[in-house]
Amino acid sequence: MIGVGETVKISLRALRSNKMRSFLTMLGIIIGVGAVVAMLAIGQGASRRISEQIASMGSNMLLVLPGAQTSGGLRMGMGTQMTLTYDDALAIERECSAVSAVAPSVQGVVQLVYGNQNWSTIVYGTTPGIFAVRDLTIRSGRPLLDQDVRNSTKVCVLGQTVVDNLFGDMDPVGQIIRIKKVPFVVVGVLDVRGPNAFGQDQDDVAYIPLTTAQKKILGTQFSGTVRSIGVKAKSDELLEKAEEQINDLLKQRHRIGPRGEADFTVRNLTQLMQTAQESSRVMTLLLGAIASVSLLVGGIGIMNIMLVSVTERTREIGIRMAVGAKTWDIRFQFLMESLTLAIIGGILGVAAGWITSVMIGRMAGWSIFVSPFAILLAFGFSALVGIFFGFYPAYKASLMQPVDALRYE
Amino acid sequence: MPLIETYDIHKIYAMEENPVYALNGVTLSIEKGEFVAIMGPSGSGKSTFMSILGCLDKPTQGAYKLDGIDVEKMSRDDLAQVRNEKIGFVFQGFNLLSRASALENVELPMIYRGIPAGERRKRAMEALAMMGLADRATHLPSQLSGGQQQRVAIARSLVNNAPLLMADEPTGNLDTKTSIEIMELLVRLNRDNGITIVLVTHESDIAAFSHRIIRFLDGKVISDERKH
Repeated sequence: MIGVGETVKISLRALRSNKMRSFLTMLGIIIGVGAVVAMLAIGQGASRRISEQIASMGSNMLLVLPGAQTSGGLRMGMGTQMTLTYDDALAIERECSAVSAVAPSVQGVVQLVYGNQNWSTIVYGTTPGIFAVRDLTIRSGRPLLDQDVRNSTKVCVLGQTVVDNLFGDMDPVGQIIRIKKVPFVVVGVLDVRGPNAFGQDQDDVAYIPLTTAQKKILGTQFSGTVRSIGVKAKSDELLEKAEEQINDLLKQRHRIGPRGEADFTVRNLTQLMQTAQESSRVMTLLLGAIASVSLLVGGIGIMNIMLVSVTERTREIGIRMAVGAKTWDIRFQFLMESLTLAIIGGILGVAAGWITSVMIGRMAGWSIFVSPFAILLAFGFSALVGIFFGFYPAYKASLMQPVDALRYE
Repeated sequence: MPLIETYDIHKIYAMEENPVYALNGVTLSIEKGEFVAIMGPSGSGKSTFMSILGCLDKPTQGAYKLDGIDVEKMSRDDLAQVRNEKIGFVFQGFNLLSRASALENVELPMIYRGIPAGERRKRAMEALAMMGLADRATHLPSQLSGGQQQRVAIARSLVNNAPLLMADEPTGNLDTKTSIEIMELLVRLNRDNGITIVLVTHESDIAAFSHRIIRFLDGKVISDERKH
């Protein structure tokens, strides 16, 4: 029996002696592997981006919104009724065991002024709970504190986009800005979060104490009502439990019987995003499947060329058999040749796919993720294709009669 | 014990309408150390007989013992091993691998015998040196003359120390002067190294180098003469 090293040497020489043909055959595999790598990179990039967005939205987050107003059978949009109160939020925090933080909020789009600059942004009046609920972190300065809410202090924490537009390169902490002509001290700046799943800039935001907002800025119809209550569940598993507890508690507080229609809605945003992620995963799978068709076509190309090669080299096969090559020696030699084609094609294909996906990512502005798993998958698949499509030609070569092969012209 | 012993060998090629009877009962025995020439016109069956003796083909009927081993019932791979260990081939068309150097061509039988690279190289170089081709080891067959190519082929047939050398029209593609050189080389191998040589030719002056001439006609042996 002949050794693997010898066989690889023989295969490489055969491939080198016909460079153009070897390269063209390889091209099928290069394109196939490249397509698989690039498609998976795009798909996985998308689903990773969704994961990041889920994280940036605040993990394990529920949003309680007031219900729709009903007047004489005519139902208005969700949130038109002001049924949620600050006390509801405190009750949720106090009584729902699955909840770790709550953040009742009011919000509005308001003009901010600093010196001769002005900027319109969403201002949230909220409580310190918002930092836990949305996983916000402070880059400089300090967050909102409980005493800010208690004392209705005029302080604000700004997102980076607001800072950029009002202050440029200046450090905003300690400066005074005007929100609806009311002076506020900037006490903190948030870390950058980037856009959310729906493309909204999450850094274009200002947070002020809830009480200050209600009294000075956003002034509500009914004192003590809030536009939404953000809730953080203690863990991923407790999300549904928290949802249930909030539903029960608020129905009880709002005196709604078990059959009555709730005047609020609990929305599970994480679940929404998980659905989006699931669909992007399906998308990745689909893209990968389509790309692997081209890998299959590349494999058929290998088979075709190997069949031609076997016929062309009938005499060589005859000589090898005459000096003692056994069935397996011949089979191994041709199998190794197609495997070598597939493996070199696979390596080049991974490189090509990587470059392509990075280029697509740059041009289209998509996030791209080339995972080691995708590379291994594409590479392994190409090697399998080499063996699978190389087998028949190798089998054919090994079954030749030595006497016929030697006489072949 | 004879090196080659055939009994009533038949070879029939099954064509669609008319089967071709290439060999019709050949019974022969060749002793170790003999130098035998097989002669006959084309179509006489001498090449078919050669293929069977060389274990490249199997007889349709009959028995063949090579070096005491029954080979007519052997599997493909066992026959390959017999060829590797017992038989060296020299062909009319040289049959060298065109993309491999002279040295690599000579190494080929040892590759299939699983001899390690170092020893392989050494033995191949020795065989080439014996053929006076030490300085041509790295040349490709296309860079060698016909006589040199045939000497590479002879070197290849010797490296595994096979007791039998089968030469199928070894001088068919060579000019007279080179033919005589090659034949003298074969005579020397037979005389000095004790290698049994079976030579197929249709030229009587080539056959004259041998000690025994067997003539074929219509798939049968018609004469078997020994020189004294």
